[in-house]
Amino acid sequence: MRNAGVIFKKQLKDTLKNKTVLIQFIMFPAMTLLMENAVKIPDMPELFFTKLFSVMFLGMAPITSAAAIISEEKEKNTLRVLMMANVKPWEYLLGVGLYVWTLCMAGAGIMATGLPASDIPFYLGIMAAGLVISVVIGACIGVFASNQMSATSLFVPVMMVFSFSPMLAMFNDKIEKVARVFYTQQLRVLMNQMSFEGIKTESILILVVNAVLAVVLFFAAFRKKGLE
Amino acid sequence: MITTKGIFKSFAGKTVLSGIDLDIKSGTVFGLLGPSGAGKTTLIKIITGQLGADSGEVHVFGKNVKDLTGDDKKQIGIMMDDHGVYDRLSVADNLKVFCDIYGIPYSGIGKALEEVGLADSAKKPAAKLSKGMLARLKLARVFLIEPKILFLDEPTSGLDPMTMKYIHRLIKARRDAGCTVFLTTHNMEEATVLCDEVALLNEGKIVERGQPSEICRRYNHQKKINIHLKTGGDVSFAHDAESAGEIGRLIEQGRLETIHSSEPTLETVFIELTGRKLEAEEEIRYA
Repeated sequence: MRNAGVIFKKQLKDTLKNKTVLIQFIMFPAMTLLMENAVKIPDMPELFFTKLFSVMFLGMAPITSAAAIISEEKEKNTLRVLMMANVKPWEYLLGVGLYVWTLCMAGAGIMATGLPASDIPFYLGIMAAGLVISVVIGACIGVFASNQMSATSLFVPVMMVFSFSPMLAMFNDKIEKVARVFYTQQLRVLMNQMSFEGIKTESILILVVNAVLAVVLFFAAFRKKGLE
Repeated sequence: MITTKGIFKSFAGKTVLSGIDLDIKSGTVFGLLGPSGAGKTTLIKIITGQLGADSGEVHVFGKNVKDLTGDDKKQIGIMMDDHGVYDRLSVADNLKVFCDIYGIPYSGIGKALEEVGLADSAKKPAAKLSKGMLARLKLARVFLIEPKILFLDEPTSGLDPMTMKYIHRLIKARRDAGCTVFLTTHNMEEATVLCDEVALLNEGKIVERGQPSEICRRYNHQKKINIHLKTGGDVSFAHDAESAGEIGRLIEQGRLETIHSSEPTLETVFIELTGRKLEAEEEIRYA
């Protein structure tokens, strides 16, 4: 468990110097603050940008950053060095996963600043759950890909489907029907309701199925490729 | 310290290692020599437990490699040719990661960097280091844990002669401090200078082993003394008492430019045993 903390600490140090990962954590929170304060359109739904960017953020940042971090370590053979220093694969993955989740939650915290105080626990709760699923998907891609290039070719379509489908679903009913099976779309629905009372069983079910599928795929990838 | 018995390993039906027996004594530098693809790295991976053998046994610290505990592994330093460093982190931060993993105080970093001559570059990002400095950083990373056994896979591959000599000094210093060093190399000169014992590996089999000087003496079939004369000509004499007079006369007459005995090098021994050169493939690789 201590080694997971070491990996977390290493990643924190690396973040400030890794612009491609850093921008993932900063871009959407910054855009949310900017757009919510700068753009005022009549009849625009309340907290439109916060909700839109939150879903895009959780469908994009954890997937790309977790996959990029793991695949980079594989490509540069630093992961092998860690394994030989007796860091267990689960310690490494836990460290990376916790790091990505924590930084994304910090981003979510910034995005939540525009919300009424009473909505913040609900908002952070669903962001936390969604981020866990995204981190597992990102880790799955990172484990499966043998290098950064193959990770990019895998996470770009996955990230685009999960992060953009809720936005496209707002404009097209057919897309909405397809997108509703994705956890990001369900989180978008929950965010619109913004209350624990309004949670539908269907949403919970879809979230659980998405989470289980992500975990199953992760273990399948890990079994096939390991961390070598 | 390290023993292997009957190690066999194949990949996709191709035999990579075939019946490898080794017995490496504590406090020595052991060199495993062979051309690229001979199975050197595979053997290191099997001995260090990164890879399983198809059959055979490996014992390290008197224990089967499969039974090594976390504490045992902390006494083994491994520097593989392809191991990376964290490019964006500074030299010192790279070492701090491993201090945290091994539970070593950060005070050891200064000593390790001093030892490899990187103390002035402690704050430099690893990405900005030259190839030689990177090799020294990787060495500092394994030195940090004060290992009892050091595995070095091609530690000087592709480095300039100055850095190579520097690394040789570091390895010898470790050996003198009681560390057992297992290194692979295709560089015969390096093996002759560094190793107390070598094994020549070719196509998965050990074709010869022993002290470098002893191996060379064993294959000294010609037993000749070669003289280069000041006039430009070369003459050879048998390595016996009868030649002593003639060689003495050449010296007296001041006609002798250079004189060499004909002991083979490890390179020529390898060629004699296998019909292939050790460094040829590497020369192409680094050309």
